[in-house]
Amino acid sequence: MLNIIETALELGMLYALIPMALFLSFRVLDIADLTTDGSFVLGAAVSVTLAGAGHPILAIPAAILAGGCAGFITAFLQTKLSVPSILAGIITNTGLYTINLMAMGWKSNASLLKKDTIFSLARDAGLGGGYKLILGTVVTVLVGVLLVLFLKTRLGLSIRATGDNPDMVRASSINPTFTISVGLALANAMTALSGAMVGQAQNAADINGGTGIVVVGLACLIIGETVVGRGAIPREVLAVIVGSILYRLLYAVVLYTKVVPVGCLKLVTAIVVALAIAAPSLKPELALRARRRSARAEQEVR
Amino acid sequence: MLDIKGISKTFNPGTVNEKTALSDLSLHLEPGDFVTIVGSNGAGKSTLFNAIAGAFITDSGSIRLDGKDITFLPEHRRSREMGRLFQDPMRGTAPNMTIEENMALAFLRAGRSQRAYFSRISQKDRSFFRDQLSQLGMGLEDRMDQKVGLLSGGQRQALTLLMATQVPPKLLLLDEHTAALDPGTADKVLTLTRQIVAEHHITTLMITHNMHDALDLGNRTLMMNDGRIVLDVQGEERRGLSVQDLLARFRAGVGRELDNDRILLA
Repeated sequence: MLNIIETALELGMLYALIPMALFLSFRVLDIADLTTDGSFVLGAAVSVTLAGAGHPILAIPAAILAGGCAGFITAFLQTKLSVPSILAGIITNTGLYTINLMAMGWKSNASLLKKDTIFSLARDAGLGGGYKLILGTVVTVLVGVLLVLFLKTRLGLSIRATGDNPDMVRASSINPTFTISVGLALANAMTALSGAMVGQAQNAADINGGTGIVVVGLACLIIGETVVGRGAIPREVLAVIVGSILYRLLYAVVLYTKVVPVGCLKLVTAIVVALAIAAPSLKPELALRARRRSARAEQEVR
Repeated sequence: MLDIKGISKTFNPGTVNEKTALSDLSLHLEPGDFVTIVGSNGAGKSTLFNAIAGAFITDSGSIRLDGKDITFLPEHRRSREMGRLFQDPMRGTAPNMTIEENMALAFLRAGRSQRAYFSRISQKDRSFFRDQLSQLGMGLEDRMDQKVGLLSGGQRQALTLLMATQVPPKLLLLDEHTAALDPGTADKVLTLTRQIVAEHHITTLMITHNMHDALDLGNRTLMMNDGRIVLDVQGEERRGLSVQDLLARFRAGVGRELDNDRILLA
């Protein structure tokens, strides 16, 4: 049981940068960025390939850079070429499939056997038993703190305003093309960093490893926001980390108890995310129906 | 200050919806001019503002601001030297950001440090914002870390006005910026506008549907019809003009009544 909790914590921390990236793209910039699936695999592919070549540490900045480029392409499509934002993400994501195969030497998976990874290096440096959890936590918290600080800078404020009020942005000498590009590049760099860590933690990368990860990320974001609450930026960043851990705990519980067949998990996740995103418009609709019903009942009484 | 030469704009050219919104329009403003603009529905008043602000590039003609040719400059570059207020008070501020953060964005607009991407709001900035907010007399200086979405329409519009002028722009565009406010608040925002514009000698263009304001505010009044300026009065001639005179001049010039369904004659 303890083992399950530790694994969930570990995975939660390693994957937490995905909901954090979605917080930046979906909440701050108000763009549903479907590049996420592809840039996660891109990060894993670059990271595992480079670690396989004996550069596990260099693999991390390389993966971040690759993810940033992917985000930049999506941003370029929507800002300069007027491709609708959802489609821009899908197009980049589709193209990334080939890029990811290429990054793994035209194979659909890559693995690290008896190679050094950032985790084995950390273990050898004496981090002890929970080395994966510790390293994952350090990286995730560090990125979270940097994100909070960044969103208070001039550029960060401009990015937030871009998602909040595009009219105002144009009237404030902010170039929305620039802010969207920086925002999406950062978000995908964070996703790729998560992929890079997961790849090295699991000693493997798989071409299909990112399927549906954007929905899982949104689920983490929503779970976190429900539990921790929405508000100032530091709170939101804390929320995604908590959400990511809770999601992995739920996942572990399902795996362990088999309340729901494991194969159904993606469907359950999809339904939860759809309902959670629909909630703001479902609530008034349901309230209206209740009112109508009670009004009708009242009339009948008369 | 502003020099517009023969600008034209046709929307949807070659279709049944073709509409000539600006037709060979020229306008010259001296520094410190405060010009009010009135006109019928669809006369091209807002289109003129969009052309000046760069929401679209005109089909022909040129626009110069303070000697610099801005005809082909993108909107976000022009806005470094222009402030703009819309009728909708929601358009000028970011609702999910705090008052302080909104002001910081506006402050950076015309900032000397255009490339200081990673600069943060300093204590000095904060006390400057506080000083400016206190001038509004709305108590906003004590709510600087609240989200702008919590403010009323009038408060938001006053804040937008402050943001547009805290670094005095070369040109201020006011597009019926008090029309969506209740009369009391509208008065307050208008008084503020008058104060701020006078204090910094900001060259200003103001669209209004209030004929009284049009003659009362500023030093020059334009009337627009069909994408053209049909009446341009200032100085001595304007001082003696009443609302009725203005309407008569419009009728004489255009050959029909000024038809604006929201016009206020009082």
